Amino acid sequence: MQIDWSHFTPLPALAGGVLIGLAATLLFLSEGRILGAAGILGGLVNPKPGKWLWRLALIAGLFASAPLAVLLFGAQGPVINLSATPLVIAGLLVGAGSRLANGCTSGHGVCGLARLSPRSAAATATFMATGFLTVFIVRHLLG
Amino acid sequence: MKILSPFLAPFLAGLLFGLGLCLGGMTQPQKVLGFLDLAGGWDPSLAFVMAGAVSIAFVAFRFLAGRERSLNGAPLALPQASAIDARLLGGAALFGIGWGLAGFCPAPALVGLGFLSPGALLFIVAMAAGMILVDALSTVSAPEPATEDA
Repeated sequence: MQIDWSHFTPLPALAGGVLIGLAATLLFLSEGRILGAAGILGGLVNPKPGKWLWRLALIAGLFASAPLAVLLFGAQGPVINLSATPLVIAGLLVGAGSRLANGCTSGHGVCGLARLSPRSAAATATFMATGFLTVFIVRHLLG
Repeated sequence: MKILSPFLAPFLAGLLFGLGLCLGGMTQPQKVLGFLDLAGGWDPSLAFVMAGAVSIAFVAFRFLAGRERSLNGAPLALPQASAIDARLLGGAALFGIGWGLAGFCPAPALVGLGFLSPGALLFIVAMAAGMILVDALSTVSAPEPATEDA
């Protein structure tokens, strides 16, 4: 393993993580809810009465963060080097997988680990492992 | 008692969440893939994002654990599920494959839509379809999850 020092950005990464932690704190303190993007989106995909307003508001905040990040620190939009078919397959897998596992990188990976949940630790270890494996196969075996 | 508007607090949480993802580089699929590529030039940045987020949230959950209700009077909706079963591990495994293919997970894709990225839109539509597919296939066999982990 070699560290790619030219792309390694520990300080912005840590600061970004702190903001995400504060977001989770704010949502839990005000609404008593866990900050998990898949669950929040999932609740809109299959909405229940009275349970969608806060989800919509949070997703509106995620959208609005993009132009704000451009203004504040010159953030750039995502550069996606993937054609439509694999992108759709990836989206299907992420959607189906997070629905089956009841959580994603934020719900299990951040909030679940912070709650010391063994279930979330198992989910996080699993998706990290298959993520590492997938990139290894795509970049080093097929690529 | 509503101290914070039920619309404003989640909006601000989403805003902070998205700013953190942008600052941490997590809205760039190449950055995420750089973390997941252990055998290439490895970029450990994502681990620092996780470390920052988990430590703040750890303190917050510890501090708030004794409360029964949120500031707005809502019951604290902590996930009750504890089973480590095939559904959890299989789902997480599929999730990781999709994550490793695209370098996108749900929240960064939603922020990507804020950047008006057509790729992010396509990914989100596919993600929603994946969720609907699971719901359609599991209405018979699986009980409705009362509380979501996320």
